[in-house]
Amino acid sequence: MKTRARAGARLTGSLSFRLGVALALVLAIGGVAVSLAAYAYGRSAAQQSYDRLLVGAANQIAGSLGLRDGEVIVDIPVSAFELLSLAPRDRVVYAVFDDRGRLVTGYDTVALPEGDGRFFSGSFAGEPARYVHVRRQIAERSFLGAVDVVVGQTTEARRELTQQITRNALLAVAVVGLVISGLAVLAVNSALRPLHRIERDFALRSSRDLTPVDVEVPQEIASLVAALNRFIGRIDRQLRVMRTLIADASHQLRTPIAALRAQAELAREATDAEDQLRIVEKIHERSRNLSRLTDQLLNHAMIIHRADSVDLAPVDLRVVASDAVDQFDQTLSGSERVVRIDLPEAPMVCDGDALSLVEACKNLINNATAYGKPPITVFVRDDGAALNIGVRDRGDGMAEGLWADAGKRFAKRSGVSSTSAGLGLSIVSAVAQAHGGRMTIRRPADDRFEVFLELPKVREAEP
Amino acid sequence: MKRIALVIAMLLAGAAAAQPVPEALKSYGPADAGRRLLVRGTTDIARFETVLQLFASRPGGLGIDYEQWGSNDLFEVTLTDCKRGGQAADMVISSAVDLQVKLANDGCARAHRSTGTASLPQVANWRDEVFGITRELAVIVYNRRLIDDAEVPRSRFDLIDLLRPEDSRFRGRVATYDIEASGLGYLFAFADAQQATTFGSLIEAFGRSGAVATCCSSEIIDGVADGTYLIAYNVLGSYALARAEENPDIAAVAPDDYTLVLSRAALIPRQAAEPELAGAFLDFMLSETGRSALEAAHLIVRTDDRAPAALRLPETPETSFRPIALTPSLLVGLDQHKRRDFVALWRSTFPNETGGTEARPK
Repeated sequence: MKTRARAGARLTGSLSFRLGVALALVLAIGGVAVSLAAYAYGRSAAQQSYDRLLVGAANQIAGSLGLRDGEVIVDIPVSAFELLSLAPRDRVVYAVFDDRGRLVTGYDTVALPEGDGRFFSGSFAGEPARYVHVRRQIAERSFLGAVDVVVGQTTEARRELTQQITRNALLAVAVVGLVISGLAVLAVNSALRPLHRIERDFALRSSRDLTPVDVEVPQEIASLVAALNRFIGRIDRQLRVMRTLIADASHQLRTPIAALRAQAELAREATDAEDQLRIVEKIHERSRNLSRLTDQLLNHAMIIHRADSVDLAPVDLRVVASDAVDQFDQTLSGSERVVRIDLPEAPMVCDGDALSLVEACKNLINNATAYGKPPITVFVRDDGAALNIGVRDRGDGMAEGLWADAGKRFAKRSGVSSTSAGLGLSIVSAVAQAHGGRMTIRRPADDRFEVFLELPKVREAEP
Repeated sequence: MKRIALVIAMLLAGAAAAQPVPEALKSYGPADAGRRLLVRGTTDIARFETVLQLFASRPGGLGIDYEQWGSNDLFEVTLTDCKRGGQAADMVISSAVDLQVKLANDGCARAHRSTGTASLPQVANWRDEVFGITRELAVIVYNRRLIDDAEVPRSRFDLIDLLRPEDSRFRGRVATYDIEASGLGYLFAFADAQQATTFGSLIEAFGRSGAVATCCSSEIIDGVADGTYLIAYNVLGSYALARAEENPDIAAVAPDDYTLVLSRAALIPRQAAEPELAGAFLDFMLSETGRSALEAAHLIVRTDDRAPAALRLPETPETSFRPIALTPSLLVGLDQHKRRDFVALWRSTFPNETGGTEARPK
């Protein structure tokens, strides 16, 4: 079951795995880039440092040049070679050429380079070598011209330094990579810990516990928890509606149905036709009340359910009012009472659920016809702060002491009257609350009584 | 390089010696041995014999052919083998370490790495191709019978002072190597020139007092033994100490001001037929057994409490010893111009010994 439940959630791969892959990719690319950079840097650093030794040695040799009988003589200083010996394993090669390009002293394997390039690469005794070419102009009576000094050295020390620099850089990259990976693992674990806490909270809950989740979570997960809590709240309310409905139904319907049955038994046993007719009349009236009661119970449940489940849409309250009056008229057997309508010219639009509003309106009309005095008027108006929709009559209305509790179920009286279950105003109040408004009871004059819903206006975008 | 070889060949033997040949040769181990090691060296057979015998006597039936060469000839033949690419010796051991370094610098040596070579100090191992296997001092040799203790020069300054008086009995009776004939003599003289300004006064004193420049350690020591020379300067200590064993009149002084320390250099030529065997021989010479054999032959000289009685050590050995390091700096002395000038300076000091018969370098 558990695996099926898990399969039900669409898996998109492990976060850690994805993070690991991304990290590995970044580190690999970074590592390659850094190694290339380190190698290039190491190479140029090694090249530069050992080139300096080479130039130093060549300059020392060039500085030791002298003339004797018009011939170039070279007195190589030992320090020049000691300088080159700083690359301890590298072979040394050198040559000095006179103004006509003839070898004065040194190795005859060295060729005088063309042009003025200072450094050049070549080979010596089968190994790659780096050469420097230094030219010294001599202007004497016996010799006028340039003497060329070429000094070369194999590149072992350069390669070693390059490798050393690259190796150290790679080592640093590896250490940084390990540290980053470690930190990433820690970060993922710590980021997912609140989710584990939520999971544990749900796992430990009883099936009846529909209280909000109360777990410390970071900001990023707070919206998820809020959404979860809203969802839980909705389920909680709907369950409560159902429970209320069942409780109300069992409580409210048992008595009238028992009465109905008793009268039906009376009717069956009645011998007199007139008696029988009278009892049937009563049965008819009781079943009409029962039907209304059932209606109200179901309506109440439905309104509360809708308040949670139906999205509000712009509704013109004038349409609501006329629909309510139309539907009320249809329920009347006769046309003994006429309900008036008082509507403004302009549309009265608010965000609402038309069905709930019509139902609330009908309830108000029912109440007015049952307890108030005609003429009964359904009105819609704009009182500035809110939109009102309600019913006005000429009766005395409820006693003021009852107003505060008027919205509660069965507030007016305990038990059931012959005509009402006492749910009417509670439905109206529930609808008003579902729309973010409230139910208001008012007595504007001695012979006027108003019950209406105050509904918030739609906030129109300012032009 | 060919020029250098040519110059050296001409300097050495005049134009006559077309084909250099070994001075002596001797074989060790069974004559029909499956594997033979060809060792060429400048060391006298008598000095080196124990080491060769010890190595040949190791199990495995190994034969060793040892050829004794003059240092310049040895360099030339090794270089020729290297350039020609044909057969070569399996190991070359020379006291002319500058020539050995040049062979390695020119790519004629083969690398060998072992725990033995790794334990060598840096001055005695260049590129894992040239290895210093001995420890010999450049000493002043004198005859105990002819010079009393007080007169024995303890340093070059003492020697100069001895030669200064017009009527000094040392006039004409001081000998040293002829640097044109002896590669080792040239190396020591060139190292002297690098070490101190004393060298100028010294050869000036040599020139004024009619010092003798002649060839070869054994002849010089013979001269000291028979009284021809009272003092010999810059003689390789190993030969002097070996002679002192037979002749108690011979004694040696390691100069106080500075004493050159030479490590005879071994290398394995690139075309060696038996490089592994040569490497094993090298490791043997660097091993405890090999070293004590070299020590017995005075090729490794002790300078501690167990130093030979015939050798007088400097007051402060630590600061007086100047090892000749195996580095490319030794190549400077081999430069054509450098060598020509140095030899010219030498010749002006010893006009009598070096007549105009030598071939002049171009």
